[in-house]
Formats: sequence, C-alpha cells, structure tokens
Amino acid sequence: MRLNTVKYLTTLVFIVGALQVNTALAQMDHGPEHQDMGQMQGGSAPADARDPHAYSDGYTLTEGPYAQPGPRQLKLADEHAFWSVLGDRLEYHEDSESTVYDIQAWYGTTYNRFVIKAEGDIADGTLEESSTELLWDHALNAYFDTQLGVRLDQYDEGKGRQWLAFGVQGLAPYWFELDVTAYVGDDGRTALSAEAEYELLLTQRLILQPRAELNLYGKDDAENGLGSGLSDLAVGLRLRYEFSRQFAPYIGVEWTDTYGDTADYRRAAGEDTSDTQFVAGLRFWF
Amino acid sequence: MTHGFPRPKQPWQLSRRRFVQGLAAGGVLAATPSWLQAAAKGATALGSAPVLSGREIDLVIAATPVNFTGVTRMATTINGSIPAPTLRLREGDDVTIRVTNRLPVSTSIHWHGILLPYQMDGVPGISYPGIAPGETFVYRFTLRQSGTYWYHSHSGFQEMTGMYGALIIEPRAGERHRADQDYVVQLSDWTDEDPMHTFSKLKVQSDVYNFNQPTFFDFTADVSKMGLQAALEKRQMWNQMRMNPTDLADLSAATLTFLMNGTTPAGNWSGLFQRGDRVRLRFINAASNSFYDIRIPGLKLTVIQADGQDVEPVTVDEFRFGPGETYDVMVEPRDDAYTIFAQSMERSGYARGTLTVRQGLTAPVPDPDPVEWLTMADMMGAMSHGTGHEGMNHSGMDQGSMSMGAMDHSTMDHSQMHGGMAMDHSMHGVQRASDNPLAKPSSTIRHARTEYGTSVDMRVDMPRTNLDDPGIGLRNLSQRGLRPQGHRVLTLADLKSIDGVLDDRRPPARELELHLTGNMERYSWSFDGLEFGKSTPVSLRHNERVRIILQNDTMMTHPMHLHGMWSELETDQGELRARRHTIPVQPAQRISYLTTPHDLGRWAWHCHLLFHMDAGMFREVVVS
Repeated sequence: MRLNTVKYLTTLVFIVGALQVNTALAQMDHGPEHQDMGQMQGGSAPADARDPHAYSDGYTLTEGPYAQPGPRQLKLADEHAFWSVLGDRLEYHEDSESTVYDIQAWYGTTYNRFVIKAEGDIADGTLEESSTELLWDHALNAYFDTQLGVRLDQYDEGKGRQWLAFGVQGLAPYWFELDVTAYVGDDGRTALSAEAEYELLLTQRLILQPRAELNLYGKDDAENGLGSGLSDLAVGLRLRYEFSRQFAPYIGVEWTDTYGDTADYRRAAGEDTSDTQFVAGLRFWF
Repeated sequence: MTHGFPRPKQPWQLSRRRFVQGLAAGGVLAATPSWLQAAAKGATALGSAPVLSGREIDLVIAATPVNFTGVTRMATTINGSIPAPTLRLREGDDVTIRVTNRLPVSTSIHWHGILLPYQMDGVPGISYPGIAPGETFVYRFTLRQSGTYWYHSHSGFQEMTGMYGALIIEPRAGERHRADQDYVVQLSDWTDEDPMHTFSKLKVQSDVYNFNQPTFFDFTADVSKMGLQAALEKRQMWNQMRMNPTDLADLSAATLTFLMNGTTPAGNWSGLFQRGDRVRLRFINAASNSFYDIRIPGLKLTVIQADGQDVEPVTVDEFRFGPGETYDVMVEPRDDAYTIFAQSMERSGYARGTLTVRQGLTAPVPDPDPVEWLTMADMMGAMSHGTGHEGMNHSGMDQGSMSMGAMDHSTMDHSQMHGGMAMDHSMHGVQRASDNPLAKPSSTIRHARTEYGTSVDMRVDMPRTNLDDPGIGLRNLSQRGLRPQGHRVLTLADLKSIDGVLDDRRPPARELELHLTGNMERYSWSFDGLEFGKSTPVSLRHNERVRIILQNDTMMTHPMHLHGMWSELETDQGELRARRHTIPVQPAQRISYLTTPHDLGRWAWHCHLLFHMDAGMFREVVVS
C-alpha cells in the first residue's frame, strides 16, 4: 500500500505538470501572458520592435564592399546538422518477463529536425507490440517543437494501424518534459497520447525520474483490445545513477491501469486491468 | 568553416584527480622538441613557449601528440609547442610572418587586438580564404601599437586544440614601467574530447558538463535553514523560467584540464624572481571556454595594462578575465614562493603556477570557492532593485539585495512593466547637460523583433548599466568569509586609460544597439536572436565615431571581441573610460563603447567563448 501512496503522489505531481501545458499553449498562440515572467520570455514582438537588419545598409554576408568572392565560406554550427540517439528506457519488466524499449533519435539543425520515436515490448523473443513514429520537427517557440508525421503500430496478436501524427514536444515551466500527440488513423480512428517526465536530482548523479503516460482513443478497436475514451495510464518512478551523463542504469516501478472498454476487453480476455512492474534498465544517449 | 580536426575517440574514464590536476609531467613527449622535429612527426613542447623576435617570423602549423591527462591526443600546434611561440615584436616595425599549414585541413592565424589591413586579420571567409593544407600564407603588416596581445587560429576549434600564443609588442619609446622580470602567464583549457563532439553533446543536453546543479538535498537544507516558503521562493523564478542558477559556464573540469602556460596544475608552471624584483606578469586568457579569477595570495596586483593598452595603475587583490582579454600586472614579491591561482568561473577547478625564488618551491594552493547561484540582478538587471540604474551601485549590491528572497514580486507582476518601467528608466538618461542627444548612451531598451522567437529564451527589460560589479562569485568575498577583509576585486569601473590613449574625443555621430541573446536549452547563441547564418553585416562608415550599445539578454557573461578597431568603453553617463579589444558583458548588463573604424574592410565581431561564437554569436562588420 505504500507503493500506492507513491503512485498517487507521482500522479499528483503530473497533474501539476500537465497544467503547465497551458503555458506552452499560451506561448504558442502568443496570447496574453499569465506568468510573472511572461515579459521576459515568449510573447510577440511589439510593432515598434527594432529591425535586426537596420544597420546593414543593405549589405549581406556575400554582397557589398569587401565581401569574399564566391559562395559563402564561413558557416558556423547554426548551419550545421547534428544528431543524437536517446535510449530513455531500455528495461526489463520483472513480472511480465518482457523487455521494453523507448528510444528517440533526431537528425537536423537547431530548429528543424527529423525525429524517430520507437517504443516496443519484447517477450519470449518476439516483438509483441511496437509503435514507431517518423516525424518532421519544427521549433515552435524557445522551448517547444511541433511534430508532424506518421505513426506505425504493430501487434503480434492484433492488427497493425497507421496514423497521421501531430504533436508538441518540449520543456514546460518547472522543468517538465512534455510530449503530447494527436493521431488520425483510417476508418475515422483518432487517438491522443500524452507523456510527461521530470528529473529530480537527489545528487549530481543520482536522479529520480517520475514519468506518466496516458492514451485516449476516439473509438473502440476490438482487434487490439483498445476501448474508446481514456484507455490506459502508466505511472512510473525510476531511480538512475549517472556514471556519466550519457550512461545511467536504473531501477524502478511502473503501474499501469486500464479504463473503460479497454479494461473490459482485458477482463474478457482474462487479463488483469491493472499491473505493477518492477523494472531494471539502462538510460543512455550519444 | 571546417569543424575541428579529426582526432581519436574520447578517453575512457580517468580518475577525477588526474583529470583535474593533470599530469605533473605535463605531457612532454620528447626531450628536445623543436618546430622542425614537431612538424616532421615529433611531440609537443609544453609550458616553455620559445620566444621568436625580429621582423621575419616563420610559423608551422601541424598536428602533434600531446598528453595532459594520461592519454595521448593529437593537438594542433604552432611550431610544435603549447602555447605557441611568444612573438616579441617592436612597435613601428613592418613584420613578415610566414605561416605554413601542415595540417590535412585548412587553418588560419588571427592577431588578436592588432590593428592591420583586413586581409591580414586571419578570419577565413571574411579576411581571406584561409590557409589550405600545404600552403604558406605570408602576413605583412606594420605594428601601429604596443602592448601585450595574443594570436590564435580562427578556424573551427583549432584554437581549443592548442593554437594560441602570446604576442608582445615592445613600445618604441620604451616600457612605461620598469620590470626586473617579465613573464607571460597564459591561461587556457584543454579537453581530451574532440571539441566538435563536446559541442554536439551540449546540443543534446546543454547542462551535460554542469555537476554543480541544484539538488533535492540542497532544497531540504534550505528548508531547514530558511523555511519552506523562502526555500520555494528562492527557486521559483528559476524553475518557472527553466533557467539554471548554476549555469556559469558551458564546460567544466568534467571535460577540461585548466592550463597555465600549457602546464597542468600538477605540473606547476614556475616563474623565478630574486627578492626585491619588480615582476611584470602578462596575463592572457587564451582559453576557449573558461573565465578565470586570478589572485596571488599574499601579493597585491597592480594592473598597468588592459588589452595591451596602458591604464592608470590600479592595485587590486584579484581580477576576473574572459577568453580574449589580457591584463598586465606588476607584483613585488617578498617571500620565497607564491601561488598564482586561477580558478575557473564555474568553480569546478583551477589552473595554478608558482612565483618563486627557487625552482621546486611551492606555496599553499587555495581550494576553489563554493559555487554561488546567479542572482536576480544577473537575471533581471536593475529590476530587482526597483530603481533605475543609478541606484544599482556597488554598495547596494553588498547589502544582500541581490538575493532572490529579497526580490519584490509585486514589481514583477506589474503588467505594464515593459512599457512603463522602461520609460521611467529612460528618464534617467535624459540629456540635461548637453545639447547632443548622443552625449550619453540611450537607456531606452529596444529589443529586436527577432528576439521574440525560437532562438531567444529570455529578454531583459531593466538592464543594469553599472560597471563596478565584479560579477557572480566575486561579490562580497570578505563578508562571505572567503577572503581577508578589504579584499579588492577589479571591475571595469576601475579601468581608465592613461592620458593620450583615447585620442578620438569626438562625440559619437550615431548609436547602434545590439542585444546578446541565446537559448540555453537549444544551445544556440546569437546577436538579436539571429545566429550568424541568418544575420546581415553591421555597416560602419570609414573614420566615423560611432557608439555601440550591447545589452546582454542572457544569464552568461560574454567576452565580446570586435576585430579591426578599438572598443572604447564608456560609462552609462557617456564618460569615456578605457580602450579595449575584448569587453566582457555580464548577465542582464547593458554597456556601451565607442569606436572609430580607421581600417576599411570586413571584420569579425563575436563572443570569444569559442562555443558561443561557433553557435552563432558572431557578426560581420563592414567598414566602407
């Protein structure tokens, strides 16, 4: 029952976090600021804002007096593409004896990136289910990106689904990492998934990471055992030790609850509607 | 620009001590290094930069192995040494410097702070195409100034991998200050990683090298010390704004080894003197990414030169300088040994050397100071005081009014803050005494429209304009028990060029305002929210007197270096103070300087933190 207390506390933290989406949205539409610091961040330029090219006399980096001939030679990192792979969760679930991966990779510049998000569940050597997103990522404001692309769901026992995805990912005030994506599939299917993470530094290297993820569906998907409305909520708590910032083993616990028709499908299949897993895994990036 | 030089993979885990202290042996990999050997295939000489003088100099750039931490890495070196040879030249001379590139990639050398024709300035893509592999470029220019300067590569991250050296120009009329010993003390920083890899890690996680972050247990300690409410308030603004109060530097000892004259702390560079000597120390910050706080416990430092230009001597106990800046100080040692202590601004480590009467003697080495959180003044400027810039004096800061707890929240809730308060503020700047509207720098804050986008994570509406702030980590040192009573730290307000240095007394004919901007989370740096690739040049007219206002809309200090012309610092009252080539601008600070571009051409203007420059805090200046 102590675990339940932790679970509810974690959930509570995330409700607070979720409210931060408001701020992100406020920044998105450049609407009136609600925050004390609103004037220092975000917002839209006043009509009399300074023209950043006002001092150029019409010259450019390649045109005008004394410019080097030919195409521009000096290109700095702002015109350079970078890439990264983050294995946020690569973990073993004790109870279900399965391996879960949650990996995100990107390639691109500061403001435009190609993003791959891959999540899946491997048990008994087979990929039981997976969800892979291929997204075009474009900066929305200082802290958030919009993402547009496709999501491909695969089920070992079920029917694969394809979705168009549109989402927002970024860092909300109070350091909540948010990822909210809406999906439109075939046959008028719709879905929404939301994910939030927080990192609590106990020390410089020992980090507690609460994490929550929920999924909603527009209509029932009997083949895959997913009901309309709020389908499932997963809340996790992971404690990692960063041997380096890029290499951190962890242990943790994850609670999953299913709701509504999804829970009914589960009951009908003789499965539990909720689940507690102890996990051990590795977080890494390069 | 090519990015760095191909180098081996990063080291495996080294012990912390070895990383921070470095190898005592200093990594000398051959007994008799010379540039000929080095250029052929030999090793890198460290800590003993040879001196080259005369009117004709030959420099050879090559890759040579180096070992600072226990692992061998390839460095890019000039004549096979780190630092590069000290060039001792003479004011008025026409010099010819032949630079041969034996790297497999393009290279360059920039003469930092030197007035010369733009084709000789050494910035690839702006001055010239750079020096291709196998090619020799001949620099020819006349030395129109004297003092302590330095030179370094302006290509990729070659400066960070070893290409920096001292450049001393002896005055025709003889030195103003007699010295019995004259040492270059060149600070730098070294990483075993490929700098491009280091940079790309910051692009993924910008606090990756910060191991002084606020923790949960810091919070509980604060709760028991100041109560829950105050502990929460102390953090609220930072957390709400997604800003880190210990974001004092992008890199730290987690990847850097701090060097003094190319020597690790364990290697202990030593400068010898005889009792009674007057010793001149030419401090050069040739680091890529580290501000240093310099002190010599037991000795007063009399600053006689800043950026190669004589200043009225001012005696202090400590000074901070950023990459690109130089300070010449005189000391009169009486004891046998003194530690030259250079702790990095983010307090993760230090470079260190010894002034001694005998090789082998040492003096106690202090510990780095505890990390101090950035304050509201660093985030919001003068706003945290509720008064205009005049109220933001040094004594005001000493009273603890900079703590977050003392912040007046109601002031910040003021929805008209942007308009109303900025207008109030400009009232202070109204020209009473002079008819010239440009007699004083404008205090009306004008953000660029491109500061309201993805590239900028904060803007300051009430910047501080005082020059007498030593900066974060150096305030109230005596009160905090970190230094003896009366300990004095140099500030920009202490610098005053000696008579005759500031020779253009015309008031400015126009005024340019640019803001220093960034987005720490995305690790992007810029002027006015525009990284270099999106920017257009700043156009100046030949020989015009022009004022440049720089406002720092970030929480980091940026050493701003303008090539090809002087930056003549003034107060917020328009009083001309000191001639510099690199001016550090503190967080939420608004400063101004005048310049007269005497040399036609295109020039670089950038933050001298190498990674900030490369991230885009870089502009071109056209003088026509």
